[in-house]
Amino acid sequence: MSDKKESCNCLEFNPVSAPDYLPKEQLRGLQSQRLRKIVSLAYNNVQLYKERMDAIGVKPEDIKTIDDLRRMPFTQKTDLRDYYPFGLFAVPMSDVVRVHASSGTTGKPIVVSYTKEDLNVWSSAMMRCMAAAGLGKGDIVQVAYGYGLFTGGLGAHYGAETLGATVIPVSGGHTDRQLMLMRDFGTTAICCTPSYFVHMIEKAEELGISFEELPLRVGIFGAEPWTEGMRQYIKRNAGIQAFDIYGLSEIVGPGCGIECVNHDGLHILEDLFYVEIVNPETGEPLPDGEEGELVLTTLSKYAMPMIRYRTHDITSIIPEPCSCGRTLRRIRRIGRRSDDMFIIRGVNVFPSQIETALLSVEGTLPHYQIVLSRHQGLDEMEVQVEITGEMFADTISGMEELRRKISYSIERIVNIRAKIMLVEPNTIVRSEGKAKRVVDNRQDDVK
Amino acid sequence: MRIKQVSVFLENRPGQISAPCRVLANAGINILTLSLADTQQFGILRLVLDDWEKGCDVLKQAGHLVKITDVIAVEVSHTPGGMASVLELLEHNKVNVEYMYASHYRQKQAAAVVFRFSDPDAAEKILTENNIHIISSVEEFDA
Repeated sequence: MSDKKESCNCLEFNPVSAPDYLPKEQLRGLQSQRLRKIVSLAYNNVQLYKERMDAIGVKPEDIKTIDDLRRMPFTQKTDLRDYYPFGLFAVPMSDVVRVHASSGTTGKPIVVSYTKEDLNVWSSAMMRCMAAAGLGKGDIVQVAYGYGLFTGGLGAHYGAETLGATVIPVSGGHTDRQLMLMRDFGTTAICCTPSYFVHMIEKAEELGISFEELPLRVGIFGAEPWTEGMRQYIKRNAGIQAFDIYGLSEIVGPGCGIECVNHDGLHILEDLFYVEIVNPETGEPLPDGEEGELVLTTLSKYAMPMIRYRTHDITSIIPEPCSCGRTLRRIRRIGRRSDDMFIIRGVNVFPSQIETALLSVEGTLPHYQIVLSRHQGLDEMEVQVEITGEMFADTISGMEELRRKISYSIERIVNIRAKIMLVEPNTIVRSEGKAKRVVDNRQDDVK
Repeated sequence: MRIKQVSVFLENRPGQISAPCRVLANAGINILTLSLADTQQFGILRLVLDDWEKGCDVLKQAGHLVKITDVIAVEVSHTPGGMASVLELLEHNKVNVEYMYASHYRQKQAAAVVFRFSDPDAAEKILTENNIHIISSVEEFDA
């Protein structure tokens, strides 16, 4: 595909990006000042932080500079579950103007909240991410992330509006309509999961729509891990620049960091979200350059501060400064996790959720395996279930009913429809007596 | 008077049906009649065997998922209308048939039809009241 879209305004400086270029010392000062405020807020208003800090004898006044952050205890996804729904809020409910939620490990969602000011911080973070991808006023941004409890849709929406771009809030799905609007409205940038965009490419071919003739030039893709191979595929087949964006609802939603035009790691907006890499086993902080678990701290989020949140995403900080001039450190593209979570269609799923679903159907847990595949860019989840004597009904209607129940139970918990395969006993491969729970076959689709 | 049916769960892929049959063959067990119910994803092989207990044991030992079900086998006249009249009788009395399959009934030069009913007691009562012969054992079935 031609390079007609290479001549974008990507390298022109957008004033909204100014905080990306703060001198190091100034950035450190800002981080320290914000950390003091957030730690004191958390200690005085959130039982969890008070108990954990008291237990190790750390007082808010002990945290003076950003270097003292390592003295603070970690927070985990389980904390959000244990304090469901509002137990980690640091402000009165009357100051909370928005709540988002994502699926949790036991069927109960993980809840996050925002004050008015938090929403402004989030919008400005997303705005800066979009500016780093070369977007600005005059761009037409199609938001194809889901709108609703999921942070993707609304996060991208307000970021693009704050940037002064024109927003087309299509939300997810309805690919034919997405493509029609993209063509008719002259969309210049799209926000969605990378796998969904690959699906759009394939669908466009079927519909006879040529990306070459569309003004689309930028894709902001996130909410699931993807690869350099996919970026090249997207560039080849849609002629657009694809940017990897990172975020998680526990911290803010999309907008924690993004690639700049160099596409060499993701700049974390460190003035808002402080980044550490720790040894996933010991929790010991690791120097820049070493691979470990990403730990994030919200420096400017007041409704629900997250201090040293263990993301379970494995990456490393790139020690060298980026030639784009941003002083924000970069992390490498996230390729794997330290736990067994997987992401499908932008939704985080733990095998334990599938177990909960299976248990709720029959009261016992059969051997099962989750097989992830990708067809025409769309991710599919198949759950293979080994039939047990108690489950075997001898009638087709009885077995179909069982499949329906399992499928419904899974969909109720993770919001993703799974294809259920009933398989014979002892057909799922076990290694050392333990079944491998997740088989991910999604890598082979796009090369 | 029920006879025992052995059901085997099968995944729907090539080569799945022969395996349990070979297991039975190796144990010297004869299949009197059978039926296969299948969907896109799985199948259920239903067997009437000359020795269901041994059959069940060897199939389980070979790793198959097996279920024993009571079914009712009925003698049906091997003439036009033989099947229809039995089914009409059941229908008339609102007895629901979950599934059925037929076999040759050697002893009487007739057909033997194996039924699974939602309510086997009610079915048995109606069949008996109407003098329809219920086959009492697999020995009779295959004599």
